[in-house]
Amino acid sequence: METTNQIVDLGNLLAFDCTHQLSSIPSSREELVEMCLQKGTELVQAIANDLFNLPSTEDVDGPIVKLPPPITKLPREKHLPKPKPPTKWETFAKMKGIKKHKKDKVVWDEQTGTWKRRYGYDRVNDDQDIPIIEAKSTDEPGEDPFAKRQADKKNRVDKQERNRLQNLKQAAKVGSLPSHIQLAARALPITGTQTAPEKLSKDDLGNVAGMAAAATASGGKFDKKLQGEKKPKHEQKYRKFLPVAEGKGTGSKEKEQTDRVLNKLISKNSHEVLNIGKAVTMYNLKKEKKHQNQKGRSASSTSSKLKPKGNIQKKLTNKKGSSKSNNFKTKSKRSA
Amino acid sequence: MMKVKTPTKGKIKRALEKRAPKLVETGKKTLILQGTKTSGVLNSVLTEIYHLKKGSAVRYTRKNDNVRPFESGGETSLEFFSLKTDCSIFVFGSHAKKRPNNLVIGRMYDHHIYDLVEVGVENFKSMESYSYDKKISPRIGSKPFIVFVGEGFENVEELKHLKEVLLDLLRGEVVESLNIAGIDRAYVCTAVSSNRVFLTHCALRLKRSGTIVPRMELVEVGPSMDLVMRRHRLPNEGLRKEAMKTSIDKPKKKEKNVSQDAIQGKIGKIYIPDQKVGDMKVINKSKGVKRERREAKLNRDGHGPASKKWKESS
Repeated sequence: METTNQIVDLGNLLAFDCTHQLSSIPSSREELVEMCLQKGTELVQAIANDLFNLPSTEDVDGPIVKLPPPITKLPREKHLPKPKPPTKWETFAKMKGIKKHKKDKVVWDEQTGTWKRRYGYDRVNDDQDIPIIEAKSTDEPGEDPFAKRQADKKNRVDKQERNRLQNLKQAAKVGSLPSHIQLAARALPITGTQTAPEKLSKDDLGNVAGMAAAATASGGKFDKKLQGEKKPKHEQKYRKFLPVAEGKGTGSKEKEQTDRVLNKLISKNSHEVLNIGKAVTMYNLKKEKKHQNQKGRSASSTSSKLKPKGNIQKKLTNKKGSSKSNNFKTKSKRSA
Repeated sequence: MMKVKTPTKGKIKRALEKRAPKLVETGKKTLILQGTKTSGVLNSVLTEIYHLKKGSAVRYTRKNDNVRPFESGGETSLEFFSLKTDCSIFVFGSHAKKRPNNLVIGRMYDHHIYDLVEVGVENFKSMESYSYDKKISPRIGSKPFIVFVGEGFENVEELKHLKEVLLDLLRGEVVESLNIAGIDRAYVCTAVSSNRVFLTHCALRLKRSGTIVPRMELVEVGPSMDLVMRRHRLPNEGLRKEAMKTSIDKPKKKEKNVSQDAIQGKIGKIYIPDQKVGDMKVINKSKGVKRERREAKLNRDGHGPASKKWKESS
């Protein structure tokens, strides 16, 4: 502050002459500008006087001066950051007088004789690494203790996530949510369903649209497109080519496939390859003819009582009928 | 049902952190935009303000028909733009028969309008009309000197308000330390009459004077203009109190164990607890050896450290 009527605010590099009055409003523009610049130079000099007298430190680029904080107060751009409310655990810990201790990131593992992480992948005393769990008298029969351990762990993780969400909600109420976190509302579950339906993403919707298009006979080729609708991502059939060369795993699939096709073909026509009913009748007929021929030659007069001719014929007709019906059945099956 | 949503990428997270309210604010950004109708003068005023503020300004060049800062309901899209661009000062130009070459300068608090000043632009002279030595032309983003002359800025309510708004618009970033070699510009505002302010932008020429303080010389580089006060709206008292809160009541945490040295620069002290080398459990896990060999070695003397312990105890 140089004189009484000059206010210098070094923090803003501002000078203000509050008493100066233009003596007489000049007639021409040039004169006015001239006068203003003259007064301006005076004030700039006043700022410079204060500025250059500040203690400075030499730098490569030039002398650097530490400015005092600005005197003229200007409003803030945004509100002051609000303090985060303590989490439920923090309030509890404070009540109980529990203090935080720093822990090492790695811990000596007695079992393996190595240093291992305290938390995370390949951690010390991992629940899932235990090979044997001793049975207790309280154990329920038919319960898998390993699966139970895993489920318990999952429950604990879920519970922690719920607690975190609760704390974040509290912080959001006060308006001190961290800048990178947003609490978004999830879609409400439809009454009667157990779980909340996941909100479909843009990609998901696109996939559904593609699937619906592919359901038409032309694969959606001639469908009317809506404005802004894109082509389905995959227009053709998904074709899989099996490896030509024989090998392990997928290599032997080629053989399997051909085997399957052959088996199917054979099983379809297997009844035609060997019809047992027909074969039996033919065999019986042949046998009978032989028999008749022999009897006709040796004793034809006495055989009238002993002849089992009618009976045999009856049986034959029966058998024929049954075989025929069998045939029909198979045919009907095929048609179905 | 609530879901925690966090950005997937670090870049987004950093951008959000930059926008979050801070204890000590860095600087206000300026949004420059226009209404449905502008004049040639106003166009060049807006672009030249943009040039002066380059680096901390956003220029919208489309017509905005629903921005009327003084009317109720006319500020919604302005507030949205402010939120979108993270600007807290806006300069809005419009040209009408009733108010030709109209410039509305306003400030935002929490992306809501804080106060407004409306001025008319007269006698505008653009940057191009000035001829000067280009060596002294101010560089982008340098900290300006600001000079206000005239008792009008003290006595007249409107001009007092205009002074505050102009200071906020022109001062740039609040800095703690300043490189003296970098000062090269000054704004001179003079209250010509009770409703007219002459504003000009000058370059500084530093001349030797024999003392430490150089002799300052102002060279007009433009733009220069007359601002005629029209309407203005002061912030309401509650909001003003809220916005004037500073971080002074909450001073910065003192930095421990760090000191500055002229030669070595930043020096930090580190306290290391006693290293208990005797208790250290060492395993040979060098990565230079192939894994099979390393594992074989581990297996061979797998109980190495344990056996050593045994020997000591026995």
